Amino acid sequence: MHEMGIAQQLVQIAIDSIPRDIENPKVEKLNLRIGRLASVVEHSLTFCFEIITKDTPLENARLDIDVVPVTVHCKSCDNGWEVTGPVFKCPFCEDGDVEMLTGREIEITSLELADELKI
Amino acid sequence: MEINIQKKVLEANDTEADINRTFFKDQNVFVLNMMSSPGSGKTQILCKTLAKLMPHVRVGVIVGDICTTNDADRLKVTGAKVTQINTDQFGGDCHLAANLIIESAKQLGCEDLDLLIVENIGNLVCPAEFDIGEDARAVVLSVTEGEDKPLKYPLMFRVADVAILNKIDLLPYLDFDAKLVVDNMKQVHPHLPVFEFSAKTEEGLEPWLDWLKIKVFEKTGK
Ligand SMILES: Nc1nc2c(ncn2[C@@H]2O[C@H](COP(=O)(O)OP(=O)(O)OP(=O)(O)O)[C@@H](O)[C@H]2O)c(=O)[nH]1
Ligand SMILES: [Mg+2]
Ligand SMILES: [Zn+2]
Repeated sequence: MHEMGIAQQLVQIAIDSIPRDIENPKVEKLNLRIGRLASVVEHSLTFCFEIITKDTPLENARLDIDVVPVTVHCKSCDNGWEVTGPVFKCPFCEDGDVEMLTGREIEITSLELADELKI
Repeated sequence: MEINIQKKVLEANDTEADINRTFFKDQNVFVLNMMSSPGSGKTQILCKTLAKLMPHVRVGVIVGDICTTNDADRLKVTGAKVTQINTDQFGGDCHLAANLIIESAKQLGCEDLDLLIVENIGNLVCPAEFDIGEDARAVVLSVTEGEDKPLKYPLMFRVADVAILNKIDLLPYLDFDAKLVVDNMKQVHPHLPVFEFSAKTEEGLEPWLDWLKIKVFEKTGK
Protein backbone atom coordinates (compact mmCIF):
# COMPACT_ATOMS: atom_id res chain seq x y z
CA MET A 1 0.00 0.00 0.00
CA HIS A 2 3.00 2.27 0.31
CA GLU A 3 4.27 1.23 -3.11
CA MET A 4 3.74 4.78 -4.38
CA GLY A 5 6.15 6.11 -1.77
CA ILE A 6 8.65 3.42 -2.64
CA ALA A 7 8.32 4.18 -6.34
CA GLN A 8 8.95 7.88 -5.61
CA GLN A 9 12.08 7.04 -3.61
CA LEU A 10 13.27 4.78 -6.44
CA VAL A 11 12.89 7.57 -8.97
CA GLN A 12 14.64 10.04 -6.68
CA ILE A 13 17.60 7.73 -6.05
CA ALA A 14 17.84 6.78 -9.72
CA ILE A 15 17.76 10.38 -10.96
CA ASP A 16 20.40 11.38 -8.40
CA SER A 17 22.63 8.53 -9.62
CA ILE A 18 22.70 9.48 -13.28
CA PRO A 19 25.95 11.30 -14.07
CA ARG A 20 25.27 14.96 -14.81
CA ASP A 21 27.31 15.01 -17.99
CA ILE A 22 25.05 12.59 -19.82
CA GLU A 23 22.78 14.41 -22.22
CA ASN A 24 19.18 13.20 -22.46
CA PRO A 25 19.78 10.12 -20.35
CA LYS A 26 17.39 7.25 -20.83
CA VAL A 27 17.14 4.55 -18.19
CA GLU A 28 16.33 1.12 -19.59
CA LYS A 29 16.32 -0.91 -16.43
CA LEU A 30 16.47 -0.58 -12.67
CA ASN A 31 17.84 -3.56 -10.79
CA LEU A 32 16.24 -4.10 -7.39
CA ARG A 33 16.58 -6.56 -4.54
CA ILE A 34 13.38 -7.11 -2.60
CA GLY A 35 13.11 -9.48 0.34
CA ARG A 36 10.26 -11.99 0.42
CA LEU A 37 9.09 -10.55 3.70
CA ALA A 38 9.25 -6.91 2.61
CA SER A 39 5.77 -5.50 2.23
CA VAL A 40 6.05 -4.69 -1.44
CA VAL A 41 3.60 -5.97 -4.01
CA GLU A 42 5.45 -6.27 -7.28
CA HIS A 43 2.63 -5.44 -9.66
CA SER A 44 1.50 -2.43 -7.68
CA LEU A 45 5.08 -1.16 -7.49
CA THR A 46 5.40 -1.55 -11.27
CA PHE A 47 2.06 0.20 -11.75
CA CYS A 48 3.04 3.17 -9.55
CA PHE A 49 6.44 3.35 -11.15
CA GLU A 50 4.92 3.54 -14.64
CA ILE A 51 2.62 6.37 -13.63
CA ILE A 52 5.22 8.61 -12.02
CA THR A 53 7.97 8.11 -14.58
CA LYS A 54 5.99 9.60 -17.48
CA ASP A 55 8.10 12.32 -19.13
CA THR A 56 11.18 11.55 -17.05
CA PRO A 57 14.44 9.80 -18.00
CA LEU A 58 12.91 6.68 -16.43
CA GLU A 59 9.92 6.50 -18.72
CA ASN A 60 9.44 2.91 -19.94
CA ALA A 61 12.30 1.67 -17.77
CA ARG A 62 11.88 -1.92 -16.60
CA LEU A 63 12.06 -2.96 -12.97
CA ASP A 64 14.14 -6.09 -12.65
CA ILE A 65 13.42 -7.53 -9.21
CA ASP A 66 15.71 -10.06 -7.58
CA VAL A 67 13.65 -11.69 -4.82
CA VAL A 68 15.75 -12.30 -1.71
CA PRO A 69 14.84 -15.40 0.33
CA VAL A 70 14.19 -15.20 4.06
CA THR A 71 17.17 -16.64 5.89
CA VAL A 72 17.49 -16.87 9.64
CA HIS A 73 19.96 -17.86 12.33
CA CYS A 74 19.25 -19.37 15.72
CA LYS A 75 21.35 -17.63 18.36
CA SER A 76 20.69 -20.46 20.80
CA CYS A 77 21.99 -23.42 18.77
CA ASP A 78 23.88 -21.58 16.01
CA ASN A 79 21.98 -23.28 13.14
CA GLY A 80 20.95 -21.35 10.03
CA TRP A 81 18.26 -22.09 7.43
CA GLU A 82 15.88 -20.61 4.87
CA VAL A 83 12.34 -19.89 5.98
CA THR A 84 9.78 -20.63 3.29
CA GLY A 85 6.54 -20.13 5.23
CA PRO A 86 5.62 -17.77 8.06
CA VAL A 87 7.17 -20.08 10.68
CA PHE A 88 10.23 -18.89 12.54
CA LYS A 89 10.46 -21.53 15.23
CA CYS A 90 13.85 -23.19 15.39
CA PRO A 91 13.44 -26.78 14.12
CA PHE A 92 16.72 -27.83 15.77
CA CYS A 93 16.40 -26.70 19.35
CA GLU A 94 12.65 -25.86 19.41
CA ASP A 95 12.95 -22.90 21.74
CA GLY A 96 15.75 -20.91 20.16
CA ASP A 97 16.12 -17.17 19.76
CA VAL A 98 15.82 -16.79 15.99
CA GLU A 99 17.08 -13.69 14.18
CA MET A 100 16.40 -12.77 10.57
CA LEU A 101 19.44 -12.36 8.38
CA THR A 102 17.83 -11.57 5.02
CA GLY A 103 14.36 -11.16 3.60
CA ARG A 104 13.45 -7.55 4.44
CA GLU A 105 15.58 -5.80 1.80
CA ILE A 106 14.16 -3.07 -0.41
CA GLU A 107 17.26 -2.02 -2.29
CA ILE A 108 18.24 -0.56 -5.59
CA THR A 109 21.45 -2.16 -6.79
CA SER A 110 22.06 -0.52 -10.16
CA LEU A 111 20.54 1.11 -13.18
CA GLU A 112 21.18 0.53 -16.84
CA LEU A 113 21.32 3.45 -19.23
CA ALA A 114 20.62 3.25 -22.94
CA ASP A 115 23.64 4.05 -25.12
CA GLU A 116 23.87 7.73 -25.89
CA LEU A 117 22.35 8.58 -29.23
CA LYS A 118 24.97 9.64 -31.74
CA ILE A 119 23.48 12.15 -34.11
CA MET B 1 26.02 1.52 -19.43
CA GLU B 2 25.36 0.11 -15.96
CA ILE B 3 25.62 2.45 -12.98
CA ASN B 4 26.20 0.83 -9.63
CA ILE B 5 24.00 2.24 -6.84
CA GLN B 6 23.58 -0.15 -3.85
CA LYS B 7 21.16 1.88 -1.77
CA LYS B 8 18.34 1.09 0.60
CA VAL B 9 15.16 2.60 -0.74
CA LEU B 10 13.85 3.51 2.73
CA GLU B 11 17.20 4.91 3.82
CA ALA B 12 15.75 8.41 4.18
CA ASN B 13 13.21 7.14 6.72
CA ASP B 14 15.83 5.07 8.57
CA THR B 15 18.03 8.15 8.92
CA GLU B 16 15.11 10.17 10.30
CA ALA B 17 14.28 7.32 12.69
CA ASP B 18 17.83 7.41 14.07
CA ILE B 19 17.50 11.15 14.62
CA ASN B 20 14.25 10.49 16.51
CA ARG B 21 15.91 7.81 18.65
CA THR B 22 18.61 10.25 19.71
CA PHE B 23 16.01 12.92 20.44
CA PHE B 24 13.89 10.54 22.56
CA LYS B 25 17.00 9.40 24.43
CA ASP B 26 17.92 13.00 25.22
CA GLN B 27 14.37 13.65 26.39
CA ASN B 28 14.49 10.44 28.45
CA VAL B 29 11.12 9.27 27.23
CA PHE B 30 10.10 5.71 26.33
CA VAL B 31 8.37 5.47 22.96
CA LEU B 32 5.83 2.78 22.08
CA ASN B 33 4.59 2.33 18.51
CA MET B 34 1.14 0.77 18.55
CA MET B 35 -0.11 -0.95 15.42
CA SER B 36 -3.11 -3.03 14.33
CA SER B 37 -5.70 -3.32 11.61
CA PRO B 38 -8.50 -0.72 11.75
CA GLY B 39 -10.81 -1.10 14.69
CA SER B 40 -8.87 -3.65 16.77
CA GLY B 41 -9.21 -1.35 19.73
CA LYS B 42 -5.99 0.69 19.90
CA THR B 43 -7.73 3.86 21.02
CA GLN B 44 -9.92 2.02 23.51
CA ILE B 45 -6.87 0.24 24.95
CA LEU B 46 -5.07 3.56 25.25
CA CYS B 47 -8.03 5.21 26.98
CA LYS B 48 -8.02 2.46 29.61
CA THR B 49 -4.23 2.30 29.83
CA LEU B 50 -3.83 6.05 30.29
CA ALA B 51 -6.59 6.19 32.87
CA LYS B 52 -4.61 3.69 34.96
CA LEU B 53 -1.12 5.06 34.36
CA MET B 54 -1.74 8.77 34.72
CA PRO B 55 -0.58 10.72 36.64
CA HIS B 56 2.13 8.40 38.07
CA VAL B 57 3.43 7.76 34.59
CA ARG B 58 3.19 10.91 32.51
CA VAL B 59 1.95 9.90 29.08
CA GLY B 60 1.70 11.69 25.76
CA VAL B 61 0.02 10.31 22.66
CA ILE B 62 0.47 10.93 18.97
CA VAL B 63 -2.51 9.60 17.04
CA GLY B 64 -2.29 8.92 13.35
CA ASP B 65 -5.59 8.91 11.58
CA ILE B 66 -6.31 9.33 7.94
CA CYS B 67 -8.74 12.20 8.38
CA THR B 68 -10.71 12.60 11.62
CA THR B 69 -9.93 13.87 15.13
CA ASN B 70 -12.25 11.35 16.86
CA ASP B 71 -9.45 9.32 18.41
CA ALA B 72 -7.62 12.36 19.78
CA ASP B 73 -10.83 13.67 21.35
CA ARG B 74 -11.45 10.32 23.09
CA LEU B 75 -7.90 10.25 24.48
CA LYS B 76 -7.79 13.84 25.76
CA VAL B 77 -10.45 12.94 28.32
CA THR B 78 -7.79 10.97 30.24
CA GLY B 79 -5.74 14.13 30.84
CA ALA B 80 -2.85 12.96 28.68
CA LYS B 81 -1.23 15.28 26.19
CA VAL B 82 -2.55 14.32 22.78
CA THR B 83 -1.73 15.42 19.29
CA GLN B 84 -3.07 14.15 16.02
CA ILE B 85 -1.45 13.57 12.67
CA ASN B 86 -3.91 13.49 9.81
CA THR B 87 -2.07 11.88 6.97
CA ASP B 88 -4.50 13.07 4.33
CA GLN B 89 -2.52 16.30 4.12
CA PHE B 90 0.39 14.08 3.18
CA GLY B 91 -1.42 12.01 0.56
CA GLY B 92 -3.60 9.72 2.67
CA ASP B 93 -0.65 7.60 3.65
CA CYS B 94 -0.98 4.17 5.17
CA HIS B 95 1.66 4.57 7.88
CA LEU B 96 3.36 7.25 9.95
CA ALA B 97 6.84 8.09 8.72
CA ALA B 98 9.67 9.06 11.05
CA ASN B 99 9.83 12.72 10.00
CA LEU B 100 6.17 13.30 10.93
CA ILE B 101 6.69 11.81 14.38
CA ILE B 102 9.46 14.15 15.42
CA GLU B 103 7.49 17.23 14.40
CA SER B 104 4.53 16.07 16.48
CA ALA B 105 6.72 15.04 19.42
CA LYS B 106 8.27 18.51 19.53
CA GLN B 107 4.88 20.14 19.24
CA LEU B 108 3.64 17.97 22.12
CA GLY B 109 6.72 18.66 24.23
CA CYS B 110 8.45 15.55 25.60
CA GLU B 111 10.44 17.07 28.46
CA ASP B 112 7.75 16.36 31.06
CA LEU B 113 6.78 12.93 29.70
CA ASP B 114 7.86 9.43 30.75
CA LEU B 115 6.03 7.58 28.01
CA LEU B 116 5.11 8.61 24.50
CA ILE B 117 2.69 6.33 22.66
CA VAL B 118 2.18 6.53 18.93
CA GLU B 119 -1.13 5.14 17.71
CA ASN B 120 -0.21 4.27 14.16
CA ILE B 121 -2.60 4.18 11.21
CA GLY B 122 -4.87 1.10 11.25
CA ASN B 123 -3.04 -1.26 8.89
CA LEU B 124 -1.19 -4.54 9.48
CA VAL B 125 1.18 -4.16 6.55
CA CYS B 126 2.82 -0.81 6.01
CA PRO B 127 3.58 0.47 9.54
CA ALA B 128 5.71 -2.66 10.12
CA GLU B 129 8.07 -1.44 7.43
CA PHE B 130 8.65 2.06 8.80
CA ASP B 131 10.91 2.58 11.79
CA ILE B 132 9.91 5.73 13.69
CA GLY B 133 12.68 5.59 16.27
CA GLU B 134 10.51 3.81 18.84
CA ASP B 135 11.78 1.71 21.75
CA ALA B 136 9.12 -0.98 21.40
CA ARG B 137 6.42 -2.01 18.98
CA ALA B 138 3.07 -3.39 20.08
CA VAL B 139 0.67 -5.14 17.74
CA VAL B 140 -3.00 -5.44 18.66
CA LEU B 141 -5.22 -8.16 17.25
CA SER B 142 -8.84 -8.53 18.25
CA VAL B 143 -10.71 -11.81 18.50
CA THR B 144 -13.04 -10.86 15.64
CA GLU B 145 -10.22 -10.83 13.11
CA GLY B 146 -9.47 -14.53 12.58
CA GLU B 147 -6.82 -16.88 13.95
CA ASP B 148 -4.72 -16.84 10.79
CA LYS B 149 -3.76 -13.16 10.88
CA PRO B 150 -0.25 -13.70 12.34
CA LEU B 151 0.50 -16.11 9.48
CA LYS B 152 -0.91 -13.74 6.87
CA TYR B 153 0.98 -10.70 8.17
CA PRO B 154 4.17 -12.29 9.48
CA LEU B 155 6.33 -9.16 9.21
CA MET B 156 4.11 -7.25 11.64
CA PHE B 157 4.27 -10.06 14.19
CA ARG B 158 8.03 -10.49 13.61
CA VAL B 159 8.86 -6.86 14.27
CA ALA B 160 6.53 -6.61 17.28
CA ASP B 161 8.01 -6.72 20.79
CA VAL B 162 4.66 -7.42 22.39
CA ALA B 163 1.22 -8.49 21.22
CA ILE B 164 -2.21 -7.81 22.65
CA LEU B 165 -5.18 -10.05 21.95
CA ASN B 166 -8.09 -7.69 22.56
CA LYS B 167 -11.87 -8.00 22.94
CA ILE B 168 -11.74 -11.32 24.80
CA ASP B 169 -15.11 -10.35 26.34
CA LEU B 170 -16.56 -11.37 22.96
CA LEU B 171 -15.15 -14.92 23.02
CA PRO B 172 -18.35 -16.56 24.30
CA TYR B 173 -20.18 -15.31 21.20
CA LEU B 174 -17.60 -16.37 18.62
CA ASP B 175 -16.03 -19.51 17.19
CA PHE B 176 -12.63 -18.01 17.78
CA ASP B 177 -9.84 -20.24 19.05
CA ALA B 178 -7.73 -18.00 21.29
CA LYS B 179 -5.14 -20.71 21.89
CA LEU B 180 -4.66 -21.21 18.15
CA VAL B 181 -4.09 -17.52 17.49
CA VAL B 182 -1.51 -17.34 20.27
CA ASP B 183 0.18 -20.47 18.84
CA ASN B 184 0.24 -18.81 15.42
CA MET B 185 1.84 -15.70 16.90
CA LYS B 186 4.50 -17.87 18.53
CA GLN B 187 5.14 -19.71 15.25
CA VAL B 188 6.04 -16.39 13.68
CA HIS B 189 7.75 -14.98 16.76
CA PRO B 190 8.58 -17.70 19.32
CA HIS B 191 9.28 -15.55 22.38
CA LEU B 192 6.69 -12.83 21.77
CA PRO B 193 4.95 -11.80 25.00
CA VAL B 194 1.18 -11.92 24.43
CA PHE B 195 -1.40 -10.28 26.69
CA GLU B 196 -5.02 -11.34 26.37
CA PHE B 197 -7.52 -8.83 27.63
CA SER B 198 -10.64 -6.80 27.08
CA ALA B 199 -10.41 -3.06 26.78
CA LYS B 200 -14.13 -3.00 27.45
CA THR B 201 -14.36 -4.94 30.71
CA GLU B 202 -10.69 -4.38 31.68
CA GLU B 203 -10.34 -8.10 32.35
CA GLY B 204 -6.66 -9.04 32.13
CA LEU B 205 -5.42 -5.46 31.82
CA GLU B 206 -3.01 -5.50 34.79
CA PRO B 207 -0.23 -7.71 33.34
CA TRP B 208 -0.06 -5.42 30.30
CA LEU B 209 0.20 -2.33 32.51
CA ASP B 210 3.00 -4.00 34.48
CA TRP B 211 4.87 -4.88 31.29
CA LEU B 212 4.62 -1.27 30.13
CA LYS B 213 5.69 0.22 33.48
CA ILE B 214 8.74 -2.06 33.59
CA LYS B 215 9.74 -1.06 30.05
CA VAL B 216 9.43 2.63 30.85
CA PHE B 217 11.47 2.18 34.02
CA GLU B 218 14.17 0.15 32.25
CA LYS B 219 14.82 2.96 29.81
CA THR B 220 14.16 6.09 31.79
CA GLY B 221 14.75 5.05 35.40
CA LYS B 222 11.42 6.78 36.17
N1 LIG C 1 -16.45 -5.67 22.95
C1 LIG C 1 -15.33 -4.96 22.87
N2 LIG C 1 -15.28 -3.91 22.04
C2 LIG C 1 -14.13 -3.20 21.99
C3 LIG C 1 -13.00 -3.54 22.76
N3 LIG C 1 -11.99 -2.66 22.49
C4 LIG C 1 -12.50 -1.82 21.57
N4 LIG C 1 -13.78 -2.12 21.26
C5 LIG C 1 -14.66 -1.44 20.31
O1 LIG C 1 -14.13 -1.63 19.00
C6 LIG C 1 -14.35 -0.47 18.19
C7 LIG C 1 -13.03 0.04 17.64
O2 LIG C 1 -12.20 0.45 18.71
P1 LIG C 1 -11.10 1.57 18.56
O3 LIG C 1 -10.46 1.74 19.89
O4 LIG C 1 -11.66 2.77 17.89
O5 LIG C 1 -10.11 0.85 17.53
P2 LIG C 1 -8.80 1.43 16.83
O6 LIG C 1 -7.87 0.29 16.67
O7 LIG C 1 -8.31 2.62 17.57
O8 LIG C 1 -9.39 1.86 15.41
P3 LIG C 1 -8.69 2.81 14.29
O9 LIG C 1 -7.96 3.88 15.01
O10 LIG C 1 -9.83 3.31 13.48
O11 LIG C 1 -7.79 1.89 13.51
C8 LIG C 1 -15.04 0.54 19.10
O12 LIG C 1 -16.40 0.46 18.86
C9 LIG C 1 -14.69 0.05 20.50
O13 LIG C 1 -15.65 0.41 21.46
C10 LIG C 1 -13.09 -4.68 23.64
O14 LIG C 1 -12.15 -5.07 24.35
N5 LIG C 1 -14.28 -5.35 23.63
MG1 LIG D 1 -7.91 4.53 16.89
ZN1 LIG E 1 17.96 -23.32 17.68
